[in-house]
Amino acid sequence: MTAPITVRVQRDDFDLAAEVAALTCGRADIGAIVSFSGLCRDEAGALNALELEHYPGMADAEISRICHEAVERFGLQAATAIHRFGRIEPGKNIVLVVTASPHRQAAFDGANFIMDFLKTAAPFWKKEHRADGSAGEWVSAKDADDAARDRWTLES
Amino acid sequence: MSTVNLIYFSWVRERIGKGEETLELPADVVTIGDLLAHLKTLGAEYESALEHQNVIRAAINQEHVDHGDPIAGAREIALFPPMTGG
Repeated sequence: MTAPITVRVQRDDFDLAAEVAALTCGRADIGAIVSFSGLCRDEAGALNALELEHYPGMADAEISRICHEAVERFGLQAATAIHRFGRIEPGKNIVLVVTASPHRQAAFDGANFIMDFLKTAAPFWKKEHRADGSAGEWVSAKDADDAARDRWTLES
Repeated sequence: MSTVNLIYFSWVRERIGKGEETLELPADVVTIGDLLAHLKTLGAEYESALEHQNVIRAAINQEHVDHGDPIAGAREIALFPPMTGG
């Protein structure tokens, strides 16, 4: 059976429990589910919100490509990735990744892999809205995120 | 000459002052690197946006490409900073 992959790029929030339920519905072969949720931080009160810009079409395509690669590489039984765009306030969801596999390690690794590549290759950009009303900056890409992605290449 | 649709995102879009445009490109614009060099001749806003040329990322027809890659056959070329999603 081909592992079902669900990818959505949307303005609306998502429901972690509902996404896990949809992924496991009617299946008895899954032994491990790992989920990762990325949330907007308030940066100790300095941040009012993040504005998430994205490249429509390519954002979906790139996340799909990453999920397919993860399914292939780790033998996942299913994968779901949802990324929001638009204005997101502290405490609210930005991204969700859910992976399923017969045993835990593949699900952990698969979710980690998807997030590492999503952060560096999926076309999204964050802009800050600051609480003091000053002009918000575009968030800078981090070398640590490139390093996290590159370890998957070095290991293989 | 070839006609191409250009799309800009994040601070590249803000500095150029528009999200997209259609341009006629001279025949000697062969690669993404050539395109960036050409755009920088079009005005101060392009120079500002593309000043640090090596950090600019590009996609052709919605797939990532390198600066040395050819733009032949491109319908849509996107230019943007390193991505910060997730």
